[in-house]
Amino acid sequence: MITTTLGDMDESLLVKTIGEIDNDTEFTQWVEYRLKGSDEVIHRSVNMQLKKSVFAAAEAASF
Amino acid sequence: MANSQAMCTKFKVDVMNGLHAFGASVIRAATTKDTFKAALYLASATYDASTTAYSATGEVSGTNYTAGGVAVTTATAPNSSGTTAFFTPSASIVYTTVTLATAFDAVLIYNDTAAGKNAVSVHTFGSQTITAGTFTLTMPTNDSSTGLIRIA
Repeated sequence: MITTTLGDMDESLLVKTIGEIDNDTEFTQWVEYRLKGSDEVIHRSVNMQLKKSVFAAAEAASF
Repeated sequence: MANSQAMCTKFKVDVMNGLHAFGASVIRAATTKDTFKAALYLASATYDASTTAYSATGEVSGTNYTAGGVAVTTATAPNSSGTTAFFTPSASIVYTTVTLATAFDAVLIYNDTAAGKNAVSVHTFGSQTITAGTFTLTMPTNDSSTGLIRIA
């Protein structure tokens, strides 16, 4: 069963689309479900891994 | 053996653990760790290094999303390797069964225990929307080169 904007639906009733983005910033995988014959997305989930951490440089000053 | 000028690595870890206060500080009620949260922000918002605290301005809204975001799991304490201190949440940050129809592209991690909801870090990514689905931010490896927050 897939949770959708129309309630839980059997996956066999839906058209599934998956995709991914892999760049310097992130690796992202997404999945979308639509009703057959419809362009309306009724479910979209995203799993994202961030690749860039935030970084602070600490430095002790010289005299 | 010669002396070497350096910021002590122990200090970097201690900063992450709130040990030092060169300026006026706050009275901490306990020695337990603070609670941190992760809030999502619209692509039209302007959160960056100048952000000082959590704000609802520009935050996403939608089904099953609670203003302020979700808790960040901090089971693993800050650590260091070489001269770099680092910290990474110990579990993915997950927004479960939400609908966020307006594009968002940033998450703010902030201290939810602090009265001022002080900001920690802003992380940006490609714009996303979620429809009756789950948004999962999987954490990078917790080490000195990829940890989510690093002080070197």
